Amino acid sequence: MNPAFATASDPVPRPPLLSVNGLRKHFPLKGGLFGRTTGVVRAVDGVSFDVAEGETLGIVGESGCGKSTTARLLVDLITPDDGQILLESRRLGVDLDVRELRRHVQMVFQDSYASLNPRLTMEDAIAFGPRVNGMPAAQATALAHELLAKVGLEPRRFAGRYPHELSGGQRQRVNIARALAFSPKVVILDEAVSALDKSVEAQVLNLLADLKKELGLTYIFISHDLNVVRYISDRVMVMYLGEVAEIGPVETLYANPTHPYTRALLAAMPSMDPDRRTQEAPLSGDPPNPINPPSGCRFHPRCAKAESVCSAGSPGLFKLPSDRHLVACHAAIPGSGHSLAGVTA
Amino acid sequence: MTDPLVEMKDVTVRFHGTRTVHAVNGVNLTLMPGETLSILGESGSGKSVTLKTLLRLLPENRTEIGGEVRVAGADVLSLDGRALANHRGGVVSMIFQDPMLALDPVYTIGDQIAEAVMRHEGISRQAGLARALDMLTRVRIPSPERRMKAYPHEMSGGMRQRAMIALALSCRPKLLLADEPTTALDATVQIQILLLLRELQREFGMAMIFVTHDIGVAVEVSDRIAVMYAGEFVETGTVRQIIREPRHPYTKGLLAANLHGAVKGERLDAIPGAPPALETKPTACSFAPRCLVRQDRCETARPPVVNFDPGRMVRCIHAVEPAMA
Repeated sequence: MNPAFATASDPVPRPPLLSVNGLRKHFPLKGGLFGRTTGVVRAVDGVSFDVAEGETLGIVGESGCGKSTTARLLVDLITPDDGQILLESRRLGVDLDVRELRRHVQMVFQDSYASLNPRLTMEDAIAFGPRVNGMPAAQATALAHELLAKVGLEPRRFAGRYPHELSGGQRQRVNIARALAFSPKVVILDEAVSALDKSVEAQVLNLLADLKKELGLTYIFISHDLNVVRYISDRVMVMYLGEVAEIGPVETLYANPTHPYTRALLAAMPSMDPDRRTQEAPLSGDPPNPINPPSGCRFHPRCAKAESVCSAGSPGLFKLPSDRHLVACHAAIPGSGHSLAGVTA
Repeated sequence: MTDPLVEMKDVTVRFHGTRTVHAVNGVNLTLMPGETLSILGESGSGKSVTLKTLLRLLPENRTEIGGEVRVAGADVLSLDGRALANHRGGVVSMIFQDPMLALDPVYTIGDQIAEAVMRHEGISRQAGLARALDMLTRVRIPSPERRMKAYPHEMSGGMRQRAMIALALSCRPKLLLADEPTTALDATVQIQILLLLRELQREFGMAMIFVTHDIGVAVEVSDRIAVMYAGEFVETGTVRQIIREPRHPYTKGLLAANLHGAVKGERLDAIPGAPPALETKPTACSFAPRCLVRQDRCETARPPVVNFDPGRMVRCIHAVEPAMA
């Protein structure tokens, strides 16, 4: 889709574990007397990225930016309008079916309680997936016990409990155990630690790090908490109104944010230093509605550096000279016509 | 010396029902006019209950409140009828996490604010509407004239939050209580609201108690921080003292869990376990079961309350002799 997003120059010679190309999902808005389509929510609009084996990709952005829709598209909980999803170079719908994709790509959601069936005990909840996929019951239960122990819940105490008998942190551990029941390659964590108290969140982050090391997992970690994303991710993707604004290695992105939106997000973090409190909000107003996104660069109405070129055309992701750092901003693309950009490519 | 605006002495709150919950267990608090205090704690620590005690918002028939609560000279626990109604919104006002629950969905923003001012100050509807417009301007709602006639559902999240702040401040309260007002907001909107609150607090010269679970937010808005755990303040101090010289193991754990400056790939110093259920009145240090530096005496007796100077308190045996980590 996007010629700038070339992975050819990557130091990793192997193809990416998971690859997404031009992913698009528009939700029609029904309304009026006859349920006509009155508008379109451009939830995800041409998103492309790769995830290498063993890395953690953080996805950040504000509500409505499409980060959760992207996650749901990746496991086909929502069918994309357009775009390709490739797992180990096999394309979904061509030589990879949904069942197999979901065995390899598992997901953990924010609401630990809503994710569990209230009538299933923890061992049944974890064993359910393997059993419907043909594993004998006794073996599935044994696997459930093993996984409970792996996530730090003693099987003898927790196997027979129901979701309401567990704390939020414990339930989230069960959800992680359940996601691991298929020995997946990729685990998508959609705000999986956001609802937890800070002290419990740190425990679960430690658990995730341990599991990753032990099982060689690849994570896609979606969060609005930039401190957590910085801690856990190898690379970070910033989304704005259904598009990728910037993507790059975590240290590069935090030390040298190039997109004005990334800069604003980082500047909006509370300072943690009583002598250097934030004096000015980096952005005014709320994030706009993805129903009728602005023309051109979607960030331009809120951007201090916007020029006429920004409203005229979408910048597309441009590969910066530094390692694996891409940004969709006219001001960073030489020859774009923006006064801050160089003239030649 | 001026009198303190808020004085809470040994306040306890107990809920009765199918089970008893000791939600607040002896909170002492002094707040001067114009001062901002953040109460920092996790869910279930009693921070919101402490706040609601100041407005007597807890269900009367199931709640047993002990101790003494004075706000601007009035004994809050004995207020009733008209005096309580004047106290709520007139002297003390509150903003919440979810503005949709605080605003009435069937009245326009302008009418709601005007009604509150008319009730408290006995002014005409016209003067009330003028005050509403003035408040919407002060909270920087774009095109306030138009928003006067808007219903809550017609506004965005950040704008509703601003409207709720306008409503809360419309009667010039001496104390504003803020219960996680920015938690549900996006990052770029959160910082706008925090800066707005800081500015309005200065402009109106009011005191503020800000409840949050986010240390960063507390640093942005407050002068002092009280760290709450299992219904008690375990440490209080100025923002600098709490951030730079935390003395209670729980405060230290919270600071580490904030991940500010955490090194990638290094294990986090997570506090193990979970907060207690509070079904019985604590007889020992409530944090002891999770504490990495606990000693035998922590589990047999209540920890000492060590006061350094006014406003600096640590409830831990290690407060004086720093613990070996």
